[in-house]
Amino acid sequence: MLRTTIATLAGKTARHAARLKGGGAGGSALPGLVAERVDPAFLAHTLADVPGGIVVVSGTNGKTTTTKMLVAILRAHGKRVFTNPTGSNFTRGVISAMLAEMPLRGGLEADIAVLELDEAHALHFGRAVAPTHALLLNVARDQLDRFAEIDHTAGLLTQLAAMTTDGVVLNRDDPFVNRIAATLAPGVDTSWFGLDASVADRIGELSEHDSREQEDFAPPAAGERDGLLTPIDEESLRITFGAAGEGGVLGPVTLRQRGLAAMINATAAATTARHLLGAGFRDDATERALRTVAPPFGRGEVIDVDGRPLELVLVKNPAGFTVALGTYASTPAATMIAINDDYADGRDVSWLYDVSFESLRTKGVALTSGVRGWDMALRLQYDDVPVAAVETDLAKALRSFLADHAGQPKRIFTSYTAMLALRRMLGERYDLPEMGVDAPDPSGDPA
Amino acid sequence: MSDPRDVTILGEPAASDRVADPGHEGKGEIHLVHMYPREMSIYGDLGNTRCLAARIRRHGYVPVVHQHHPGQPLPETIHLMVGGGGQDSGQVTVEADLERRADRLRALAVAGVPMLMICGMYQLFGQSFVTVEGTRVPGLGILDVTTQGNATRMIGPVVLSTDFGDVVGYENHSGATVLGQGQDPFGRVRHGQGNNDADGTEGAVTGHVIGSYLHGPILPANPRLADALIGWAAELATGRAFAPEELDDEVARQAHARQVARLLR
Repeated sequence: MLRTTIATLAGKTARHAARLKGGGAGGSALPGLVAERVDPAFLAHTLADVPGGIVVVSGTNGKTTTTKMLVAILRAHGKRVFTNPTGSNFTRGVISAMLAEMPLRGGLEADIAVLELDEAHALHFGRAVAPTHALLLNVARDQLDRFAEIDHTAGLLTQLAAMTTDGVVLNRDDPFVNRIAATLAPGVDTSWFGLDASVADRIGELSEHDSREQEDFAPPAAGERDGLLTPIDEESLRITFGAAGEGGVLGPVTLRQRGLAAMINATAAATTARHLLGAGFRDDATERALRTVAPPFGRGEVIDVDGRPLELVLVKNPAGFTVALGTYASTPAATMIAINDDYADGRDVSWLYDVSFESLRTKGVALTSGVRGWDMALRLQYDDVPVAAVETDLAKALRSFLADHAGQPKRIFTSYTAMLALRRMLGERYDLPEMGVDAPDPSGDPA
Repeated sequence: MSDPRDVTILGEPAASDRVADPGHEGKGEIHLVHMYPREMSIYGDLGNTRCLAARIRRHGYVPVVHQHHPGQPLPETIHLMVGGGGQDSGQVTVEADLERRADRLRALAVAGVPMLMICGMYQLFGQSFVTVEGTRVPGLGILDVTTQGNATRMIGPVVLSTDFGDVVGYENHSGATVLGQGQDPFGRVRHGQGNNDADGTEGAVTGHVIGSYLHGPILPANPRLADALIGWAAELATGRAFAPEELDDEVARQAHARQVARLLR
């Protein structure tokens, strides 16, 4: 353990030095790197002492929001939770987050750890430390230039589940995720979350087409620990445990983030909390947490711009963009779309052709921007959506968007790195809270 | 006409029988077949069909879009054909169907039906695909190319020099393709890796059949290529020379030019 203590000290020193250098950005992964160099098993040693287990949240869409909700629910139950802040979901980012919270002598003062990990890094993490629990959200076409194939991404989650020792919470409605149940070792406790039968027709909006229909897997009938979502309106929902509510009914709860995607995340988080807490799970604490948790930055975050709302909506893949358009279509606003193609955005913009932009046709799009602003405008042209202007420079685009649509509600759909840039510019102008303790790793990991 | 397996291609094929723009009704119907839209269209390849249907209409012809699914007969009338890339699991499901249509497809190719086959379908249009383990999977042999499965993928943005000017797109493939003796490439790589990251070639072209690894999808940002395919199809469909309209392609020109400038910088 001496090695871990020295590693803690070294990491903390690196963290301090990086902070003194200022800016915050770039300091995210370095302290973790230093600690890992000194003690390669730093992560395992430190997390081994967390008594309530190590919960990993992974999948393509909704990791950040769901992790935030799950942490809030567990804290509302009085648990001390260690989590990685938004954007630091590489192993080293997790260690850096630990270093910020640890006393000098080491040791995490937490009852349970809840970590958001992307699909590829979840495996590196799993090899270092076996998770006790995993929440697996979904598999979508995201970052195909990184993960190459949907089948491959599904395989990564399957391997992660195989490394998990105690329990797994799975999405009933995603064919790639529910099929994982059949591969689990006997004795791994499984819970399910999904849509209630009354809204089952909305599954198509969310899940990726799977060409292996002949191997379809049907999840078992919902048991009393399994959470099923019934949306009430755009922001309110009810979660029924068990097909007929034999495990209780939670809600109605109004979230601070709109749309079906956020509601599914809430259902996944509540189901996982119940899975973890067993008899200690309380409806009132869960409802309170879900009601108060704010959306993570850039994911449906509402910014007050001179008395008018500006919604910042992160879009990363066809499923996510389609759901976002469905969510926001009912309340028209001046719309800007910003698409970059850096590594963290996904370098291939082909996916824009798998999204239908029809819902924007009536009101049109005020401005497309980002490095691929012209490609976005071209895509919209093929859906007969009028585009008033193209300005690839984000700062100029934001300035004219805000000026031309003052006094109106505004909305920006944006890819990851464009979101970071726009959020920073908006933060400077409107005094917003910081984007997170640690700025995301510039080498490009979308949270 | 529509099959429950049909994939939504905005406005297609539901509106495929929509008449052409007023004043251009008389130019004729062009029948476009998208091969395996469910199994083989992973990187936005449906965008090529969407682009062709829209441009056919803008040029004053009437597009009739067919989706071909495994187990279905091919439509009787075919003037233009497109196919895309898929996952390994998707590729396996279409192989048997493709073999059953092989003679018809070869005959269509010889008859000059323009075809654009991307990535996985490009490989299946070649002589064979040899997997990493060494198993030889035969292809249609319409293009004289052989593909060898590889451990490393070739991924990234691409600029090619072709008979249709500079072509921009995005490649993402693990198969390395080699051209047979006398087989023309589709283009020469100016940025990216192309067929095999060794000989500077990308894709293959025989008559009006083009195979390429370029997603993007390739046609919207390369309208000259799109119009070449439409022109050949229009001649087949009407027996007359292609009579294009003057289209405003400024947005496509900007998207194209910026990508070329950025990658060749």
